This record gives sequence, structure tokens and C-alpha cells, in this order.
Amino acid sequence: MEAAFAAAIGVLCACGIYLLLCARVLPVILGITLFSYAINLFLLGMGRLATGKPPVIAAGAQYADPVPQALVLTAIVIGFAMTAFTVVLALRSLALTGSDHVDDQADRRGHAKPDGGETRGA
Amino acid sequence: MNHALLLPILIPLFAAGAIVALPLRAKRVQRALNTLATLALLPVACMLAARAAQGGIASYALGAWPAPFGIVLQLDRLGALMLALTAVLACCCLLGTSSADARRGRYFRALFQFELMGLNGAFLAGDMFNLFVFFELLLIASYALLLHGGGARRVRNGLHYLVMNLVGSSFFLIALGVLYGITGTLNMADMGERLAHLNAGSLPLAQFAGATLMLVFGLKAAVFPMSFWLPQAYRSAIGPVAALFAIMTKVGLYAMLRCDALVFGGGSPGGVLDTFMHDWVWWLAIATIAFGALGALAVSSLKTTTGYLVLVSVGLLIAAVTQQTPLAWSALLYYLISTTLCTGALFLLADTLEPESAAVTHVAHVARGDASANAAEPGSLEALDDAAAAAISPGPDGERLAPMAMPRARTAAQATLAPVAVAVAEDPAPQPVQRERAPWPSNAAALLYLATAVGAAGLPPLSGFLGKAMVLAATPAHAAAVLWPAVLISSLLLIVALSRTGTRLLWAEPAARAAAFAPAYAPKGSTAKLAACALLLACVVAATLGAGPLRQYLDATAAQLFDRAAYARAILPAQDTAPAAAAPAAPPSTQTNGS
Repeated sequence: MEAAFAAAIGVLCACGIYLLLCARVLPVILGITLFSYAINLFLLGMGRLATGKPPVIAAGAQYADPVPQALVLTAIVIGFAMTAFTVVLALRSLALTGSDHVDDQADRRGHAKPDGGETRGA
Repeated sequence: MNHALLLPILIPLFAAGAIVALPLRAKRVQRALNTLATLALLPVACMLAARAAQGGIASYALGAWPAPFGIVLQLDRLGALMLALTAVLACCCLLGTSSADARRGRYFRALFQFELMGLNGAFLAGDMFNLFVFFELLLIASYALLLHGGGARRVRNGLHYLVMNLVGSSFFLIALGVLYGITGTLNMADMGERLAHLNAGSLPLAQFAGATLMLVFGLKAAVFPMSFWLPQAYRSAIGPVAALFAIMTKVGLYAMLRCDALVFGGGSPGGVLDTFMHDWVWWLAIATIAFGALGALAVSSLKTTTGYLVLVSVGLLIAAVTQQTPLAWSALLYYLISTTLCTGALFLLADTLEPESAAVTHVAHVARGDASANAAEPGSLEALDDAAAAAISPGPDGERLAPMAMPRARTAAQATLAPVAVAVAEDPAPQPVQRERAPWPSNAAALLYLATAVGAAGLPPLSGFLGKAMVLAATPAHAAAVLWPAVLISSLLLIVALSRTGTRLLWAEPAARAAAFAPAYAPKGSTAKLAACALLLACVVAATLGAGPLRQYLDATAAQLFDRAAYARAILPAQDTAPAAAAPAAPPSTQTNGS
């Protein structure tokens, strides 16, 4: 289970960081989201992986560590609020500048390539 | 009595909530609430500082859950110092916020209070996760404050700032997760105890987590490779907001100080992060100084120059952090106070000496003079605002001196802005204030600029010089060979940059000033801004005159920071902490704040 869990976190992280490095706002937002999912899983894993243990204290029994669950919950709430804010800001930016480039440079330089010319950088 | 620790968080929280709940029309009530809540922070911070100065570390267990499991707030000398500094700066920012500033967005006052709440909470938080939560709180308020006033440029810079900090927060969580995984606790004192008795197998993990944490704090403090967001972000903020942001980089620095010594045992034998700080962060700090000084030379607007000035001071402060001696830390705290007050004053001054509104009206005038008087549909003010700002600094990749750019700005104004600008020029509201005939900038503004620039660049009479000299004197010989030239050369470059900016803003011929879109008359609300600036400057003078007693307090602060055992004794209730409990099987008594 550990290997699958670690691989899932790794893949999510890699996808998230790849998307973060794109120069368009939407992939960046998706990248942040994927990255934060990976981190939530990672936090959960830091409480040690276990199967079949009750999530809260039970009489005499072994129980799963509740602290990472509380941390993940808080992280999800914060991450959700931040993502919503970023989306609103990105829409505002699109409305104001007419471009979804993070520096609105691509559109300033050349209108020649209308779509597919997604510049990557930064 | 102990409940007083909650006040710096609760006062802004309730004030902000009340301001949001009030109807939008009740502007006076909102304003009064904002003023009262901000002013109330001042006596509270003074009381807490007086209490911390007695030497003890106060802790407050929320919900009376005992320390390693529940959430604690703590107050030591460092926290009290930062609280007091925040309160002073906030009061001056409040004084410098004209009602016109506040009216440029809907919830300025509520956001201001939320920002203060986040700042105060970060200075009081006693466990790592709450530090994270309060960081997020102050950041989300700062995102909105940065956007205050609107406009495409602000939104774009705000987006950069937002994404940078979101990624930083993610790495913060990674570091927290690893630290929790190896120590099984989030309480700073408890974590410090357990890291001191760490088994050798977990040491690389602890080093990784610590280094990640320091880099995240470095991002908030704008250390070199992560500092490109800062000048643009601060430039696009309005003056009072930028002045309040002068303390934001210091929050990262505060977290570095606290975590490095009290959690990771920096400076003591077996410090987890010592090699990382000496070998890596040190050079990053030097690079920050170089980058900031060169950047200050390369730009022309006062706000951007001040942004790079912040970078130089951050570089110096972090270079002092990496030395990990009580002497250096005491010196850096003195410089921190000085530089925060000076840069705050410069940001406020920048709003009066080169206000955005003046640029707008000037473009409007230019356009009206040359364009046909056919008013098209009134475009958005924001677009005009941004075009005017672009006219000040043409070209996407840097700024130039405005007079040189004048022809280009003129044609740009004619070509693109004419219809919109005419519409604005015929609107009576944004016309320059014709009633005040006194020429602008006034002598008072010029003198204030001179004094603030002297303090910010680190020239002799004021505390900036004292702070820099203290930090340099506290540098050990092997580091001095690098730090002394870096600081001295960067100071020289800053003097050049500030005098050039001052010459351009204060001494230019009227024609050249008009070309630079500088206002001919005092912009609205400039008296209050100058008063706020003078108040900050008075604090700087007080810090200079009272350097002796202040330094004693700071020496005690630094000594307290390096005393990890006393810290653990003060925070953890009973001395029964059996260390090295490998499995984190803590009883489930942890309550989260739920944010």
C-alpha cells in the first residue's frame, strides 16, 4: 500500500508542478489544485498508514492518528478558499486584459498564432 | 489577566466582522470602528510588551487543553516587540489612509483589520500549524488589499503574488507534515525538545523539513531567487497598503528567527540547520543585497525604488540571521525596527509625491489638448489608470526616466486614450484640486523625503545607520570580508538611487514635472499622509535617541531566543516529556481552529 500511496503522491506532484510552470492561468490553477491534493495525501500519510483502525479513540483498541486528519481538513478548507479566490482573480484578469497569459506578453507580441502557441516559461 | 494574550487577535477580528456586517452606507461607523480598533491595539501591545519585558514567557492554552496537545498562544519578548511594531505601523497607515483611498474598493477597512489579525496571530502562535493558519489569514487579506483600487496591472501583479504564495504555502505544509511525522507534535516547544533528542536516522528528514521551512519563510521575506514578485507587487499597491506591507516581509523573518533557534536549535551544538544556514542562506542573503541595490538603480518610480530598498534590508537582515549569535540577532532586530518604519514612511510619501490620480488627470489634459472633443462612451477608469501608469513607465521590460519617455507617452495618450480621457476630463471629479495654490511638492514634503531617505539608506544621524553599523560590528571576521563590502557598496548605490529619485520628484523644472505627470498641486489627502510620515519619522528618531535602552531589551530578546530549555519549561506544563516517542500516538485531544 505504501508504494501505491507514494506513487500516487508523486504523480500528482509531478503533474501539479508541470502545470504550474505553464504560462497560462488556467493550467496554473489546475496545477495548484493537483499539488494541494498531493500535499493533503502526504499529510495524511505522515500519520502512518494503517488499515482497519478506528478513526477515533476506541476502548483499548489501536486507533488511527487523528491529528493529520484535522490538519488535512484545515488544509482543504484553506486550499478551497484560495482556489476560489484564484479563479475569480483569473477571470477578472481575463476580463481586464483580454488574455489569459500570466504576463499577457504572448498576446502583445504577436497575434499571429491565435491558439495553440502556448508559451511555456518562467 | 492572562486572557490579554487574546486581545491582539480578537480586537481586529471583531472589528472586521462588525465592519463587514454593517451596511455599506454606514461609512462613518465603519471608519470609527476601524480607527478605534487600530488605536486600541497600541495600548494592548504596549501592555504586552511591558509584561514580556519582565522576562517571563507567557502562554495561553486555548480551551485549557494542556500544552503539547492543545493549541497555545505564547508571548515572549520577540513576539511583543513585533506586536508593538505592527501596532505603531498600523496606526500610521490608518492616519495616512484618506477616505478617497478607502473608497476605491468596498471592504478596505475590514480587510485592513483582517490583515492586522493575521499579523498579530502569527506573532502569538505557539504551534507550527497555527503559524501556518495565521500566515494564510494574513496572506488572503493581503491579496485583497493588494488589489484594492482595481486595474489590470494590479490584477496581474496580484495574480503573480497569489500564485507564488500559494506554492509557498504548499511547501510549508510539506515541511509541517515531515516534522509531524518524525516528532509527532506540532507545538514549537515540544518539537524543539524532541528534535534535540532526535535519533540519527531521522536527522536527514529533519534537515530537509527545516530547510524547506526556511525557504518558505524566505519566500515570504523575499530572499533572492524568490524575490522578483516583491517590487512589482508593492508598486501596484496603494500607499497605505504598501506601508503596511513593510511589516509583511518581516513576518517571514520573524518566523525564521523563532524556528531556527527555538525549534531547530541554531547556534547551539547540534543545531539541525547550521550548515544549511551558513552555506546556503548566507549566500542567498548576499545575492539579495546585490539584487536589491542594482534593482534600485535600474528603476525610477519612488515606490519601486522603495520595493528594492526593502529587498536590500531583507538581505542584510537574513545575513545577520545566518550568523546565529545573540549579538547578531540583537543587532538585526534593531535594524528591523528602523527599516520597517523608514520604508513604511517612504511608501506613504510615494503616494503624495507621485500619485496615480495625478497621472490620470494629466493624461486627460494632454489628450484634451490634442484630441477632438468628441466624447466617446466613457470607458472604464481602470483602463485609463493603467494606460497612464504605462505611460509613466513605457516598455514591458523596465522603466525609464519619465522625461525621456515623454514623446512616446504623449503619442500613446493621443492614439489610444483620447476618447476615454476626454470623457474623464469632462467629468468634474478627477480634476486637479485648483483651490490650493501652494506649489507642490511643499517644503515639508521635501524635508520629510530627505529625512526618510537618510534613515532608509543608512546615513549617520538616524537609526538606519546605527542598525547597519550594529549588524556589521556583530559580524564575525570570516563573514565580514563578504558582508562589509556588500553592505557598504549597496548603501552607496541606494544613496545614488534615492537622491536621483528625489531630484526627479522635488527639483525638476515645472515643465519636466508636467512631463513626468507629477501633480502641480498637493493631491487630496496629502496632509494626512505627510503627518503619518512625520509620525513614523518621529518613531525613527525615538529609536535613535533611545538606542541604549532599546538595545538592552533586544539583547535580552536575543538571549531569550537562544534559551531553548527555558522556552520549553515555560510552555510545556510539567517536565515529564519523555522524548523520542517514535510512534505519534498522541491522545486525540487536539482541536483545530477550523480556520
